[in-house]
Amino acid sequence: MMASSYNAKEEDGHHSGSVGPGGAGAVKSRKPDNTAFKQQRLPAWQPILTAGTVLPAFFVIGLIFIPIGIGLFVTSNNIKEFEIDYTGMDPDSPCNMCINSTTPCRCSIPFTLEQPFENNVFMYYGLSNFYQNHRRYVKSRDDSQLNGDKSSLLYPSKECEPYRTRNGLPVAPCGAIANSLFNDTLELIYYYPNKSSMSIPLVKTGIAWWTDTHVKFRNPGGNNNLTAAFKGTTKPENWQNPVYELDPTNPENNGFVNEDFIVWMRTAALPTFRKLYRIIQKKKDNLTPTLPPGNYTLEITYNYPVISFDGHKRMILSTISWMGGKNPFLGIAYITVGSVCFFLGVVLLIIHHKFGNRNNNADIPN
Amino acid sequence: MDFSALRNLISRYCAGEENWVDSRTVYIGHKEPPPGAEAYIPQRFPDNRIVSSKYTFWNFVPKNLFEQFRRIANFYFLIIFLVQLIIDTPTSPITSGLPLFFVITVTAIKQGYEDWLRHKADNSINQCPVHIIQHGKVVRKQSRKLRVGDVVRVKEDETFPCDLILLSSSRDDGTCFVTTASLDGESSHKTYYAVQDTKAFNTEEEVDTLHATIECEQPQPDLYKFVGRINIYLDRDEPIARPLGSENLLLRGATLKNTECIYAVAIYTGMETKMALNYQSKSQKRSAVEKSMNAYLIVYLCILISKALINTVLKYVWQADPNRDEPWYNEKTETERQRHILIRAFTDFLAFMVLFNYIIPVSMYVTVEMQKFLGSYFITWDDEMFDEELGEGALVNTSDLNEELGQVEYVFTDKTGTLTENNMEFIECCVDGHVYVPHAICNGQIMPGAASMDMIDSSPGPGGREHEELFFRALCLCHTVQVKEEETVDGIKRGIHQGKATSVYISSSPDEVALVEGMKRLGFTYLRLKDSHMEIQNRDDEIERFELLEVLNFDSVRRRMSVIVKSSTGEYYLFCKGADSAVFPRVISGKVEQVRARVEHNAVEGLRTLCVAYKKLSPAEYEEVCHQLSSAKLALQDREKKLAEAYDSIERDFILLGATAVEDRLQDKAADTIESLHKAGMKVWVLTGDKMETAAATCYASKLFRRNTQILELTTKRTEEQNLHDVLFDLSRTVLRQHGSMTRETLSGLSNEYHDYGLIIDGATLSAVLKPSQEGSGGNYKEIFLEICRNCSAVLCCRMAPLQKAQIVKLIKASKEHPITLAIGDGANDVSMILEAHVGIGIMGKEGRQAARNSDYAIPKFKHLKKMLLVHGHYYYIRISELVQYFFYKNVCFIFPQFLYQFFCGFSQQPLYDTAYLTLYNISFTSLPILLYSLMEQHINMDILKRDPSLYRDIAKNSLLRWPIFIYWTFLGVFDAVVFFFGAFFLFDNTTFTSNGQLMTTNTQMMFGNWTFGTLVFTVLVFTVTLKLALDTHYWTWINHFVIWGSLLFYIIFSLLWGGIIWPFLNYQRMYYVFMQMLSSGPAWLSIILLVVVSLLPDVVKKVLCRALWPTTTERIQDSDNLYQSHLSEFTSLSTLHAPHRQQKRPDRQNPAPRRSESPPPKKKLLYSHWGAGGPDYCTFSNFVRFSENPRHSGATYAYNAPGPETSV
Repeated sequence: MMASSYNAKEEDGHHSGSVGPGGAGAVKSRKPDNTAFKQQRLPAWQPILTAGTVLPAFFVIGLIFIPIGIGLFVTSNNIKEFEIDYTGMDPDSPCNMCINSTTPCRCSIPFTLEQPFENNVFMYYGLSNFYQNHRRYVKSRDDSQLNGDKSSLLYPSKECEPYRTRNGLPVAPCGAIANSLFNDTLELIYYYPNKSSMSIPLVKTGIAWWTDTHVKFRNPGGNNNLTAAFKGTTKPENWQNPVYELDPTNPENNGFVNEDFIVWMRTAALPTFRKLYRIIQKKKDNLTPTLPPGNYTLEITYNYPVISFDGHKRMILSTISWMGGKNPFLGIAYITVGSVCFFLGVVLLIIHHKFGNRNNNADIPN
Repeated sequence: MDFSALRNLISRYCAGEENWVDSRTVYIGHKEPPPGAEAYIPQRFPDNRIVSSKYTFWNFVPKNLFEQFRRIANFYFLIIFLVQLIIDTPTSPITSGLPLFFVITVTAIKQGYEDWLRHKADNSINQCPVHIIQHGKVVRKQSRKLRVGDVVRVKEDETFPCDLILLSSSRDDGTCFVTTASLDGESSHKTYYAVQDTKAFNTEEEVDTLHATIECEQPQPDLYKFVGRINIYLDRDEPIARPLGSENLLLRGATLKNTECIYAVAIYTGMETKMALNYQSKSQKRSAVEKSMNAYLIVYLCILISKALINTVLKYVWQADPNRDEPWYNEKTETERQRHILIRAFTDFLAFMVLFNYIIPVSMYVTVEMQKFLGSYFITWDDEMFDEELGEGALVNTSDLNEELGQVEYVFTDKTGTLTENNMEFIECCVDGHVYVPHAICNGQIMPGAASMDMIDSSPGPGGREHEELFFRALCLCHTVQVKEEETVDGIKRGIHQGKATSVYISSSPDEVALVEGMKRLGFTYLRLKDSHMEIQNRDDEIERFELLEVLNFDSVRRRMSVIVKSSTGEYYLFCKGADSAVFPRVISGKVEQVRARVEHNAVEGLRTLCVAYKKLSPAEYEEVCHQLSSAKLALQDREKKLAEAYDSIERDFILLGATAVEDRLQDKAADTIESLHKAGMKVWVLTGDKMETAAATCYASKLFRRNTQILELTTKRTEEQNLHDVLFDLSRTVLRQHGSMTRETLSGLSNEYHDYGLIIDGATLSAVLKPSQEGSGGNYKEIFLEICRNCSAVLCCRMAPLQKAQIVKLIKASKEHPITLAIGDGANDVSMILEAHVGIGIMGKEGRQAARNSDYAIPKFKHLKKMLLVHGHYYYIRISELVQYFFYKNVCFIFPQFLYQFFCGFSQQPLYDTAYLTLYNISFTSLPILLYSLMEQHINMDILKRDPSLYRDIAKNSLLRWPIFIYWTFLGVFDAVVFFFGAFFLFDNTTFTSNGQLMTTNTQMMFGNWTFGTLVFTVLVFTVTLKLALDTHYWTWINHFVIWGSLLFYIIFSLLWGGIIWPFLNYQRMYYVFMQMLSSGPAWLSIILLVVVSLLPDVVKKVLCRALWPTTTERIQDSDNLYQSHLSEFTSLSTLHAPHRQQKRPDRQNPAPRRSESPPPKKKLLYSHWGAGGPDYCTFSNFVRFSENPRHSGATYAYNAPGPETSV
């Protein structure tokens, strides 16, 4: 009996590799179950996209998008932004002299703010034509080294080549990204109307992601005695100071957890980018603006070479809103899409009335 | 199997015998023949082990891997994987290695498991006990140890362990009964005969004394052919030679029935048994969808290569400036610098290939396969295709062709058993022009006590009386029917009388049963075959005995059979019955004209006619005949041919007795099915072996030909009068003229009224048409013929040989439109056609399972074809075409942003997305919704599909996978990709697209990096692609909701998890908190919503516009259906009442869609149930209108349109 059932199964074409379900069901009673699923009669919602059903959706989208867009646009326009290119390409620029200087060079650019900057003001540096998203560059880092892993500290990942070792010592932090850390120093000086000047306090913490500073980046052996922790390593070639001297004043902001460093290590998406540099906190009294209109000077310690790749350096001052920085695109896009939807809605309405009637001419007496 | 063949070859070679190639010698019981006979050459045969498994423990891994990598998709993935391993590529090898590994492992596990099952089955078979006679004793052995030459004892209900020659049986006459249900599905009992000279050996000891050798041909796969010879060495030296035929051969897999036990000798064992030889898998059929899929793949491969090329070239152009190639902040390693530029360029090219490789949707193959495999279950589960009587539903043998069912253009159907029931009823007989009709027939069963008969004509004279009785006797004797007494046989019992034991007639031909039963009703009852004597009970309840001397079996070439019997008075008779064309030429006397007239009359009625003739033989003549037959039967070579010659010389000079008519009723709803197929735009051809008149009558009955069909004949009768050339040209002229006028009519809008053409062609003419030309002019007969056929809505081919059926299918397949063909049949003679056609459908009929076994799908009845094609085929085509297009679309969306990104990252092959996203996009984020869509989608309710076959035309000719549609999808993908990328780009570029880093406070602003950029694009991508599918879904069951929203949810949960932890096993943490940070930014939310809306907008607008301006039939139906549901409660009665008036005003509208009502649609749920139970009176609106307009006239249509109460949900 075994043999016969086996044969029957084989003969059904099973051996040919494709397992048709024919044999599988052939075991017991072959009567199929009369369940809704098996009979493909599950209850279902059967929507159909017709002009009539889509119409309201279009109007609704239009009606929602246009106000949002206007809101975004207005908000974006209210954001104040000020930008200075301090590359020094222009021979008249004060920083022109620093372009070819090999030693640290200081230059200052005066500028005037026409309008007051309220609330917290954010200070960015911007680079252009800098390919932080180049593949060789993006992968040239060792995340476990940056996470304080001892063995990675001394034996950095191969991805860091050719910035992995120097003079036989492992580089900490290794890799191209770390090596090219932005090292210009920017300071702001405000000239009161009475010609006296004041250096504007710049806060250098709180500029990186909280999770980055507290979880992703960690110093080897904790934050105490960094010099010892980084023993046996060497600083990246382009750095002036070793990693444990990035911010000697604040041990919480030193070594791998230095926020300037962390900000730099988050590679930008596009070749023209800006990165948060400092925060100018609003005044306690809330009466005077953070940056009153008037004359300022941007004091630059010009270290970072960008001329070789036709790059530009900028300093940006900006206020923010609930939706982030100045961003006219989103508002315009919303308004455009909203009006297109509205327009399409109208078109569809016409079509629906013209052709819908043609199709449904008779047949159902009302 | 290869090995055994090799072994045979080697052993034969060693034996130095060349003539052994054709035959083998088997020594029964391994005993040497007496000295003086041939030299004893022990041959080596394979043992009786059955190996159906593909792999062994050792070769599983390499062999399975090899087979899997032979598939193009796997191989492509492997190449990509290897490239990733070798060169420094942007994505880690895991991205392609993991899916590849997954697919390979899953397939390997599945195949391994199947093979393990086969091993188990093999083992259980190979180890099951058999009983072997050794030295006069019965020995139990494992089946696999059985050797050729062993004498085996098989008991009742046991299965034969190998191919055996029957030596003796426990029945006195040396016969045994066998059912080959597991071989070819014929459950009837077949009789097999023991060798005459050994049938006396009835005990083990006796059998052991037998000295004999068997010479027979080497194993052949044909189940029904066997030629051999047995040499029996009795006491004398000279052996007695007896012929062996397939009637002596018991096949492995068959089961012994009704016989206590038999002794038989093994001649073919193991993999050489005929059953094993029939294992060979059929050639793979590929569907049209698969072909277009491959074409698309090639296009995408070209796109992929050109993308990689463009990027490589641009990269080197861009890098010409060394400060770009290698700025100070981003230096190369020493080894990179020293590499030759060509090598660098080549690796760059490969790296781009790897980066963009996802544009080839490799997972599509897996999904398509799953869809086909799982989807075919819906066919087997279908309740409506379940036949209560047979107890079987549809079978799917190949799930590869599901969608091909929706593409059929030509249907080739067999007549007998397919269109008709193959349930024969004896209708009448005609002896010398007098017609006899038995009454009280009830569906093949005789009412009790219905032994009387009606005579229609005046009663015949004395000579007629004699002829009449001879005729009845002839029909009682000339057959191969067996009588199975008593017992509960499954199926219908056919009783003789009450009180007496019931007996059932069994035969492989239902005609014979019908005839013998008909005779019983006319007073002559065939009782049994006993000791070579056939017993007949005549009208006077006397028993007449005839000795059965010879049976000249029926075959489809001769189309007749004969028996030679000796009456109790010692007279020799030869009775012959056969097709009229086979009998009339051999008749020398009798009332030929009257009989012929009656036969033709019956044939026109659609009855199957047979003519009966006889001749008397003198003893001398009989001796002569006997000699002829036995010499032919003994021949080892060309036996068939010699037999045919012998038959030909014996069967001549008949005296015609009369004719019979048997009715084969049309299958339930056959006409309705054919009508639907016609409406669906399919051309139906009937291919039958029957005669023209019968077949034509069936065609009319089944509505293949209608009253107004003009019949064109291309038959021997006509070609005799005119030559073929002229006939062909005549016909083509007629058809083409019609064609021309038809197009004009179509223009004037009266296309429905033209009358269509039907063609009748017979086998002989067909072979003349197809014959390659001798004079060169005939070469285009084929073309003309095809041209004629193309313009005929129905074609009937009669008098076809099985091979000709396949030829026709092939001819149509190869014609210039390359239409998709479907062949449907139930018998062995349809197998060739079933195998030839694109889709082969077998009917689980009465003629055995051979057709069902060789088919791609098997259904119980012809009427099920309707649902198979119109519903399942339609659905699967819609589903798979969406699946294919969508897969390409979603991968374009996926990869094109990466391509664009290269322009902004210095062509450095920087991937836009994280590795996890790259890997999982096709595996888990977007795979399930489309799979479920492709299993569940029903764009139109299935009841409408069944009611409105013309919807099938909407998808004809692969319409959803044409190039314009493919290009549309591709452009949609490119558009979406551009929207994703540049949307994100403008948000990032030069603006402060920022988030606050401390999740709860808003006092700081952080910048986003490149991974956030990619994640944003990816999030928009996943949402857009999934919502696009949601917009395309017309049938939202809870499963669809679950899967679509579930997979979006899964994406979010996964991203949160993936970025939420520092994963210790990863050497990078680039995704850490990226997703959360993104979500904490308001603009990100706003832009995701915006970009999703923008990407979906054009497709929605296009759909809505097309639907409003140029609706297809499908869309009209959908609209009206939708509307119908919302109006159901209000208008069910109203519409039927009011419609006529409207209809009269506008009679020519094809599919008028109803007007939208102002009232809001009522609740859907409630309506659905209404709809499900709606059954009879729910139709599309146009139908409503038509019915009510003229209820009486459209009664038939109505019945068709509204099949009985549907299973409600």
